Amino acid sequence: MSRTQEKTSAAPVKDFDIELQLLIDAIYLKYHYDFRGYAGASLKRRLTTAMSRFGCHTLSQLQDKVLHDPKTFPALMDFLTVQVSEMFRDPAYFRSLREKVVPLLRTYPSLKIWVAGCSTGEEVYSLAILLREEGLLERTLIYATDINVHALQKAEAGVYELDRIAGFTDNHRMSGAPASLSDYYTAAYGRAVFDKTLKKHIVFSDHSLATDSVFAEVHLVSCRNVLIYFDRELQDRALGLFHEALCRKGFLGIGTKESLRFSAQADAFDELVQHGRIFQKRDG
Amino acid sequence: MVRLPGTSPVSSAASAIDAIVIGTSAGGVEALSVLLPALPATLRAAVFIVMHLPRERPSLLAEIFRAKCACPVSEAQDKEPVLPGSVYFAPPDYHLLIDKGPHLALSTDELVNYSRPAIDVLFESAADIYRERLLGIILTGANQDGAAGLKAVHRLGGTALVQRPDSAQASLMPQSAIAQCPTAHVLSLEQMADLLRTLEDGNALDLSHATN
Repeated sequence: MSRTQEKTSAAPVKDFDIELQLLIDAIYLKYHYDFRGYAGASLKRRLTTAMSRFGCHTLSQLQDKVLHDPKTFPALMDFLTVQVSEMFRDPAYFRSLREKVVPLLRTYPSLKIWVAGCSTGEEVYSLAILLREEGLLERTLIYATDINVHALQKAEAGVYELDRIAGFTDNHRMSGAPASLSDYYTAAYGRAVFDKTLKKHIVFSDHSLATDSVFAEVHLVSCRNVLIYFDRELQDRALGLFHEALCRKGFLGIGTKESLRFSAQADAFDELVQHGRIFQKRDG
Repeated sequence: MVRLPGTSPVSSAASAIDAIVIGTSAGGVEALSVLLPALPATLRAAVFIVMHLPRERPSLLAEIFRAKCACPVSEAQDKEPVLPGSVYFAPPDYHLLIDKGPHLALSTDELVNYSRPAIDVLFESAADIYRERLLGIILTGANQDGAAGLKAVHRLGGTALVQRPDSAQASLMPQSAIAQCPTAHVLSLEQMADLLRTLEDGNALDLSHATN
């Protein structure tokens, strides 16, 4: 009875949307990666690109490959998760960290920082460099986490194409840096290899904001342009993890165009820098 | 019913419009200065705009057009619910997409047609949500972005408008859109502005009102 009613009253579900749900479920069941809470529009766009890249006409064909060809899923993960960022992307964010957050971080004898969704590591090295410039890196441990193991390996290597360095250098200068970015890398064979002593203070680790829990208490969480890929429910889950991980009055940095306004966690944080997208955990 | 030059016959059935997407680059501020003030205060459709901009600087578009428009104008924020009659600009260096809800969604995915925001990304995602209740408009620009997006708008039942290339400050963008979407209605900015004025009080879009 109710089935018939459903059939007549519900809007027709598009084939692509049916196949999308089936593919996401297949990935979850087989590989235990949970994309069920990812924002639909971006996910669809990425999967449409992936479909043509893998020579598939439908998502069902892609699903067949994901299940039966062991090489497909790791490659698909890069389509689903990798964001190519820049070092010191949005220099104003890093300037705000220097001016408003660093003075407060100085008051702690030791520091822990969590870069959630670090992808290929540009943001992690930016923070490490900023902390060294401010004399804080020696007492800091940075947790850099992502669900994409391939991206984490790249992050851990800390090697970037030399043609990207000019942009990184401009950003770094605009972030209020006292020295040149060239102090922190060695150029060779078209690549820039970042200072290995930065890495002594970074732990790279596989962690999912969708399925894993909090692993440490931290003073600062930096999670930029990651929450935009989550639906509201998953965004609330991730913000809940950050809230739980942060120490009393700990700091949260998000992307320039991200907002806590539309989240269930909006009341759990105070805006520290107006329009700067840096928040502080509210007391109580 | 007026038959517009260079277009296919227009169906007399007027279409209800829930959203308007606009894409432009070079010459866009001037073109939008003709179109956006024509939007009636009682507009029911939401308006989403991608204009190509330098990626590294904040945009003043929302501020510029707020003063010129009867509708509320803002820069899009991620997860913001779409309000009827509001105008949203894509922020620099982010793609703007429309997601279920509908609400606004941003992404930092790779550049499309050398652009972020890209017109194709907005148009394709909006077409998926709004289908036949979408109006897509391609204006002046010196890039081919938007052509595939306009085709998607049309394919999913929406209405496609393109600025007359000979009246555009840069003609490549409208020309490319017409090449990929030959059934699009090709109008001057003034004709488009007249058409937008008729959308007051949630009126349906009736292309027979457009005149030469």
